[in-house]
Order: sequence, then structure tokens, then C-alpha cells
Amino acid sequence: MDSLYIALCYLRFYKFRTIILLVCTSVILILPVALNLILTDSQRILMQRAETTPLIVGSKGSSLDLAMSALYFTEKSASDLEYLAVDELQATGLANAIPLYVKFNARGFPIVGTTEAYLDLRDHRVVAGERSLDLGQCLVGAEVAKSLGLKPGDSLVSSPEQIFDIAGVYPLKMEVAGILAPTFSADDEAIIVSLETSWIIAGLFHGHEDLEVADASVKVNHDKGALGSKLVLYSQVTGANRDSFHAHGDAAAMPVSAVVLVPDSDKSSAILQGRYLTQENPYLIIRPTEVVDRLMNSIFRFKVLLDTVVLSSALAAVLALILVFTLSIRLRQRELATNFKIGCSRMATVRMLAGEILLVLIGATLIAALVWAVIRANVGNLLGFFIQL
Amino acid sequence: MIRFRDVRFSYDDSFAMCVDEFSVEAGGQVAIYGPSGSGKTTLLNLVAGILVPDSGNVQVGPHAVSSLSDARRRYFRANHVGHVFQRFELIEYLSVLDNILHTYRISELVLTDDVRARAESLAERLDISKHLKKYPGALSQGELQRVAICRALLAKPSVILADEPTANLDAKNKTLILDLLLDESREQGAALLMVTHDHSLLDRFETTVDFSLLTGAGNG
Repeated sequence: MDSLYIALCYLRFYKFRTIILLVCTSVILILPVALNLILTDSQRILMQRAETTPLIVGSKGSSLDLAMSALYFTEKSASDLEYLAVDELQATGLANAIPLYVKFNARGFPIVGTTEAYLDLRDHRVVAGERSLDLGQCLVGAEVAKSLGLKPGDSLVSSPEQIFDIAGVYPLKMEVAGILAPTFSADDEAIIVSLETSWIIAGLFHGHEDLEVADASVKVNHDKGALGSKLVLYSQVTGANRDSFHAHGDAAAMPVSAVVLVPDSDKSSAILQGRYLTQENPYLIIRPTEVVDRLMNSIFRFKVLLDTVVLSSALAAVLALILVFTLSIRLRQRELATNFKIGCSRMATVRMLAGEILLVLIGATLIAALVWAVIRANVGNLLGFFIQL
Repeated sequence: MIRFRDVRFSYDDSFAMCVDEFSVEAGGQVAIYGPSGSGKTTLLNLVAGILVPDSGNVQVGPHAVSSLSDARRRYFRANHVGHVFQRFELIEYLSVLDNILHTYRISELVLTDDVRARAESLAERLDISKHLKKYPGALSQGELQRVAICRALLAKPSVILADEPTANLDAKNKTLILDLLLDESREQGAALLMVTHDHSLLDRFETTVDFSLLTGAGNG
């Protein structure tokens, strides 16, 4: 115990040196473990979400981008589909087609336009308010509510696509209908609205004051449908103006980013995949589990290389630590000589030096364990961060 | 108590020392003076068993120091020798109290509450008790020397070796330290062997030895 006490005194006195030693050692310990933890947990989380999403249909392009867009609401997706595709898929009678329109965000959180069927698919329930996707309303994920301090009845304004786009998308003030229970998935960080609400944000749906009662100055050329600048467009859906919202043009041509397909059976799934896998077909159909599996295989192939690099770095760092300890012993020759002169036994010297190494190792292990616990608790956030990158 | 007989010691080819006969009785207080580099420190190191003579015999009490194994000599030093070094030799990362107790922590001596109480008492006597929690870096030369003396005297050694303990000290500190060493030697019945260049201190000792006469062939 005396040797450990002296070792502790030494480490405490040379704080800066000790901190560097602790950090270096804990990095050596945590790096391979953390890398493995992040990869295996990421795989589990990615696969978990993929497994609850049987099929996804989108425009032809990158299957990975489509999967990430539909599963994690990233903005990297190919061109939009027309709503017609949803009708066509539904009309096959083989699956339930759930449209997703992910284009906008509010205060950094993605706005997901969809239908009630999506809430059922993800088994969403609300912890406050109502599970309602009425026009102009939104359901916010647990993390969104926590971050923005939202509660039912509050308002949330969608962010304009770009500040100077005065002819583009106008912000929509949405009413928070409910707060979703945490699901520890990407939905916790999403704002879910009806498809029509997302189209209002896109400027494809709009509401304005009744032309019949409006001031004459707004009716520049009523016969041709042209309107003056004084016409008031609604930036919020209220009970009073809800009925005025409408779209000009064909509803079937409205955009959706992707369609989640929930087949009735494995056979239906196989038929749908066969039908939409043909070259001539304008759609891309993917099984998210296969995409995630391919992604993880690529990552794990890369991980072998990464492991080699990490192990080489760790070996170099261990050698550097041995060098530090060796140099430290050389620098402490006078102290060791003093100990010898006053009767220190050889074993006590060995115990003292070993005690220092032991304490550094214990400290570094504790730090590594703490970092490991933090990483473990935040793998989902880390994954979300990397996906957004 | 301390007896040198036909002791020959050399460092490579550059230094040689011969002591045919030299002895100090138990409780004896001996001051050794002589020119720098003549081997006074070497003599103390031979008594402590830090160095081993090439030939001859160094006997301290019942211990034939020059014949002991390395491990036994270490044990002998911790148990029987209180060594005050010229450059204090304190451990910079240990507090004053821990420095005083250091010998107990690194040897086979057992650190008990009585030992701690004696350490505090010695510190009190040497007027360093208010510095017990400080590190050596925060102390003056005189205070450092007093800490080194406390460490040397803690185990109630039968031999006190002091290598110029009053060098670089002011008159007040010189007197304080010398008084303590002489008193402690008297109280414990320990042999005191002190190397000094300061001739004004010699009359405080019952025996003084001119080192160049003692060694004869010392070539410094």
C-alpha cells in the first residue's frame, strides 16, 4: 500500500504529465472497443429500422440514398415521384402504399409528409395531445419536443428553403397537435404532417381569401384567373380558412419522395419486386434490409483496414508509453539513488514504479469505461449525425 | 561501534583511499574535516554500506557492513543509519511529512502511529511543523536541511552520518542544526560522524579528525 501511496503522490504532483499519460492510455484502450461498439450498434439500429420497413419505392437512382431518405429522412434523394405512383401501387392490391414527402424542415428538424398509415406502421402513440394529422397540424417526435420545448397547442413554423427566395416557398405556421412517444429512432427527430400539409409548405397547396368578397383591387384579371398583389395568402391553417385550401392542377401529379410498401405476404412482396425490377419500369424498388446489409458489409470490409490502422497506432502509442516510462526512470535516477541510500529495497523500487503504471492503467480504464458508456448511450445520435453527413 | 580496519577503496583508477585504523565509540561525536575531494563523503558511504571497500573490514556494532549482501546492507541502512546528505536528497513530489516518513514507506521498517507522532515531534522541535503539508520546492535551504535531519533521525539510528549539514546555512540555522544533531546523538547514544569544512564548529565535538592524516595516501 505504501508503494501505491508513493506512486499516487508522484502522479498527483506531476498532474500535467499524468493527464497526458491517462489520455493516451485511455485512447489506446477505447479506440478499438469504441469503433467496434459503434459499428455493431449502428448495424443493429440500422437493421432494426430496416426490418420494420419491408419495401421502399422511389425514383431510379441510388438505392442507398433512397433507403436513407425514407428511413432517416435525409434530404439526399433522387427526383420526386408523382402521387400517381402511390395510387398505382395501392391499386395492385398486393401491398399498402404509404407515401412520404421529405423536403422541408422546421428549425433543423425534418418535416415528413405522410398519412395515418405511417403512424400505424411505426406503431406511434402520443404522450400528449392528439394523434391527428389534420391540415396545418403536426405531430412532433419526442426529441423535437424536448429540444424546442414544444407542447400541444404550440406553433411551429416551417423554415423557408432559402431566405432570399421571395417567389418560392413561404413558411407555414403549424399547430402542434401531439407529442409522439419516444421510439429511439429517426422519428423522434421528425415533425410528421399530412401529405397535404407538406404540399402547402411546397407551395402546391394554398389558401387565400374568397375572391368574391375580396377588395376589387385584387381582381386584376378575374376572367383569366390572374390576381393582384393585394390578395391575402394564408400562412396558417385555421378553422375559419381550412376550406379555402386547394390545389391548382392534377392531384395525381403532386410530389412524393418515396413510398413505403407493406406487402400483404411474402408472395406479394416477391411479386412486387419482380414487377418493379424491370429495366423499363420508372421506379426503383428496394428491400431496406438488403441495402443496409450491403452498406454494413462495405463498412466491415473497410473496418478490417481500419482495425489494422488502429492496432498499428495503438502499438506505436504503447511503445511511446514504454519510452515515456523508461525516460521517466532515467530522469529519476537521483531520486532512486536517494531511496537506495536511505535503505529502499529493490522490491520496493519495483513496486513503486509498477504502482505508477498500475494506477495509470486503472485511471485510463475508468476513463475508457466512461467514454464507452457515453458512446453506448449515444450511438443512435452518432449514427444520426453520420447519416446526415 | 564504528571500526575501519585496513580498508582500501578505489573508484576506477582515479581515486584511492586507505584507512588502516579508525574507530568511533557508541555515543561518540566526531567531526571530520579536510580538503574537498579527499574522500570524506566516501568514508561516510562506506560506514553506511552504500559503498563496499575493495578490501578490509568496516564494522558497525555487531554488523560487518562490508561483508553484508546488498539486501542486508539496505536493511542495515534503513534500521541503523541516519544519513544527512550534503544536498538534502529530499523527494520533490512528496510533502514534508511524507519525506520525513519516507524511509519507513520504502523499507522493511513498520510505520506506526508512534512513528508518526515522533515525526511530528521532531518537526516541532526543528520548527518545521507548519510546513508539514508543503512540498520541498516551497522551503528555504535551512528548512530543507531540517527536513532531511528529521528523516535521518526518525528511526532512532545507532549511527548518525552528517555530510556538511551546515553548509550554506546562516549562523542561527547552523547552531540549531548542530545542537539538534549533538543532542540527538547524546539522547539516543548514537555515534555521530559529521563531515564539515567549517572549523568554527569543531570545538563543539569531543573528537575531531583531520581526514588527510587519517587516510595518509588520499589523493583527492
